[in-house]
Amino acid sequence: MTQSPDTPAESGNPQEAVDAFLAGSSLRHAPGPYFGAFGGRWMPESLIAALDELEDTFEKAKADPEFIAQVAELNKNYSGRPSLLTEAKRFSQHAGGARIFLKREDLNHTGSHKINNVLGQALLAQRMGKTRIIAETGAGQHGVASATAAALLGLECVVYMGAEDTRRQALNVARMELLGATVVPVTAGSQTLKDAINEALRDWVANVHNTHYLLGTAAGAHPFPALVRYFHEVIGEEARAQILDQTGRLPDAVCACIGGGSNAIGIFHGFLDDRQVALYGFEAGGDGVDTGRHAATITLGRPGVLHGARSYLMQDEDGQTIESHSISAGLDYPGVGPEHSYLADIGRASYEPVTDTEAMDAFRLLCRTEGIIPAIESSHALAGALRVGKRLTEGKDNPQDVIIVVNLSGRGDKDVATAAEWFGLLPQESPEAGIGSEGEQL
Amino acid sequence: MNNTATASKSAAAIDRALAAGRTALVGYLPAGYPDVQTTIDAAVALAENGTDVIEIGIPYSDPVMDGAVIQAATVQALKDGFRVSQVFEIVAGITARCDAAVLVMTYWNPVMRMGVDEFSRRLAEAGGAGLITPDLIPDEAAEWFEASDKYGLDRVFLVAPSSSPERMAMTVKASRGFVYAVSIMGVTGARENVSSAAEQVVKAAHEAGAERVCVGLGVSSAEHVREIGAYAEGAIVGTALVAELGHSGVQALGALAARLSEGTARA
Repeated sequence: MTQSPDTPAESGNPQEAVDAFLAGSSLRHAPGPYFGAFGGRWMPESLIAALDELEDTFEKAKADPEFIAQVAELNKNYSGRPSLLTEAKRFSQHAGGARIFLKREDLNHTGSHKINNVLGQALLAQRMGKTRIIAETGAGQHGVASATAAALLGLECVVYMGAEDTRRQALNVARMELLGATVVPVTAGSQTLKDAINEALRDWVANVHNTHYLLGTAAGAHPFPALVRYFHEVIGEEARAQILDQTGRLPDAVCACIGGGSNAIGIFHGFLDDRQVALYGFEAGGDGVDTGRHAATITLGRPGVLHGARSYLMQDEDGQTIESHSISAGLDYPGVGPEHSYLADIGRASYEPVTDTEAMDAFRLLCRTEGIIPAIESSHALAGALRVGKRLTEGKDNPQDVIIVVNLSGRGDKDVATAAEWFGLLPQESPEAGIGSEGEQL
Repeated sequence: MNNTATASKSAAAIDRALAAGRTALVGYLPAGYPDVQTTIDAAVALAENGTDVIEIGIPYSDPVMDGAVIQAATVQALKDGFRVSQVFEIVAGITARCDAAVLVMTYWNPVMRMGVDEFSRRLAEAGGAGLITPDLIPDEAAEWFEASDKYGLDRVFLVAPSSSPERMAMTVKASRGFVYAVSIMGVTGARENVSSAAEQVVKAAHEAGAERVCVGLGVSSAEHVREIGAYAEGAIVGTALVAELGHSGVQALGALAARLSEGTARA
C-alpha cells in the first residue's frame, strides 16, 4: 500500500472482475486488498502501520510450515476438528425431499466456528510480540472465543460490548470474566455491535504498540477479510472432502447465514471453483425487509465504507449508518464482508433474507427432527436450506438426488432463553422470562 | 505539495499568519452543534479572535477518531436532525462574514454517499477551502484527487507518529494546503501535555517536503500553541473549543480563542 498519489491504488474494476470470473479464473485465495470494487483500507493513517505489520506477519506465517502445523495441532487437539458432517434425514423431509447435510461447527470447542479465527489470530498476535488482544462482541460469542484463545496463550484480553448487550448477556459477560478477560461496556453511539467496533478501534489507535485487534468477522480493513477467511477455509475444505466421501459427489447447493460473513466465506471457499455448486448466503430479514427492521445488508444496502472496507452497507441518504435489527445478535450488523459483496456482484453467490419467524421455525424443526439445538444465527441457514431444497426439488421425480450442505455454524445453548420466550415456554414471572425478551440470550 | 500558495485558501491563511509573526491557529467546531446558526456565529467568533483556519466537522454515526467530548456533540447534532447538506449552508454563512479559510472535516462515507464530485462542487460553491479526511488515506483517494483538482480544493491528509518514511513522503506529496500531524497515537480529546512525538512527526513531514504542517490532538491551551509554534506552522484546537461552546456559549468561545491566540506569537 505505498502507491504514489500519481498512481492511486487500483480501486478495483468491477467489469474486469466479472470478465475474469466468466473466463473461468479461480476465485479461491483472493488475497485482497480489493475484491472487485470492494475492500480496501478506509482507515485512519495512525492504524496503517499496524495493518501493514499484520499483513506482513500473516503472509510470512502462511508460508511457514511451523505456523501451519501449530494451527493444525490446535484445530485437532483443542477445537476438536475436523467437525462432523451429519446427514439430517428427518429434517430433509421438510425440504422437498432433498438430502441435507449439516457441517457441525456447533461441535467445536466454545460452540461455534468462531474458534477457528481466534486461535489463528492469537497466534499471529504472539508472532508480532503483542501481549494484549482486544475484541468486539455483540451477543458475546466472539468475545467468549477471544477470551478463550487469550487464556490458552497467556494474553491479556479486553472485550468491547454494547452496554445494553452487557446487561442482556450477563451470563456471557460472566463467561468472559471467568476466562480472565475484562469486558468494557460501550455507552457511545447506539450502544450496539458497530459501536463496540468503533470503541475497539479507538483503543487500538492508542495501544497499537502492544495490542492486536482480534476482529471477529471477515470484514474491516485489509488484511482482515482475507485473513479471517484463511482461518475459516478449513470449514469448506473439510465439508467438500466429507460430502464427496459420503455421497460420491459434490452438493447442488451450500447454505450459510451471513452477518459479517465469516462462517459463510469459510464454507463457500472450498466450493468457489466448483461452479456447478450454488452458494447461498442468508441474511437476517428481522421483522421483514419491508419493515425497516432487519439486517439484510446485501439485499437492501448500497455500497459505502464502514470499519475500513468498501462493501454493501445499510445507510441513509446522508451516508449515516442505519441500525440493524435481528433476533440473532450474531447477524445484527449493518455491514458485510467485502468478499461477499463481490461474490454477489459477479453472481457467484446469491444472498436472500430470512425473517426472524422463518429462522425460529427452522430452529424448532431441527430440535425436533434431529435432536440438535442450533444457534439462531445458523437457523437462518437452515430456513434458507428448506427454501432452496423445495425450489431445487420442484417437479423432480427423484428429489433425493438433490444434495444440500448447510453450515451449522454454532450451537443454540446460548439461545435457549430467547427461544423459550419466542415459543412461550417460560412460566410467567420466572427470572428467565425477564431475560429472554427481544433477542436476549443466556 | 502544491507550491502555489494562491491556489490554496488554507495555505494562504497560514502564510498570512506566518507573515505577521504568528503561528496559524486552526479551530474545530462540529456542524449543527447546538444548531446551524450557532455553528456559523461560533466560527465567526473564532475568526474574530485570532483563528486563521476554521474546521467544520460533519457529524457522523461512526466517528472512530473522536473522543468522548466531540462524540457527544456530534451525536447531539444528529439527534437534533442535522443533515449533511447543511454543512454547505454553514460554510457559506461563515465565508460571507469573515476571511478565515474554512475546511470541512469529514469521515468519508457521507462524501461517497452524496458523490465525491457533487460534494466537492457544492463545497467549492459555498466558498469552502477543502477537506480534512480522517479515514481517507491517499491510497484510496483517486476520486478525491480528481474532484479536488477540478474544483480547486485543499486535500488535508493526516500523518501520524506511526507513519513510515515511505507513507510520510507519499502523504505529504498528496496533500494540498497543509499536512495534519497527529500528535499522539490516540483519538481527539484535550490532554495535559502535547506529546513529544508531535515534534518528530512534524520534523519528518518537513523533511518529506511539507511547507506547512499543523499539529492536532490534545492541543487545548495557549501554552500548547506556543510550544507547537517552535516547530510547526500551525496548531489545531478542537475538543477544548467544543467543550467551551457547549458549556458557556459563543461569547465565551470567542474569549477562549483570544486566550489561545496569545500563544501564537512566534519567537
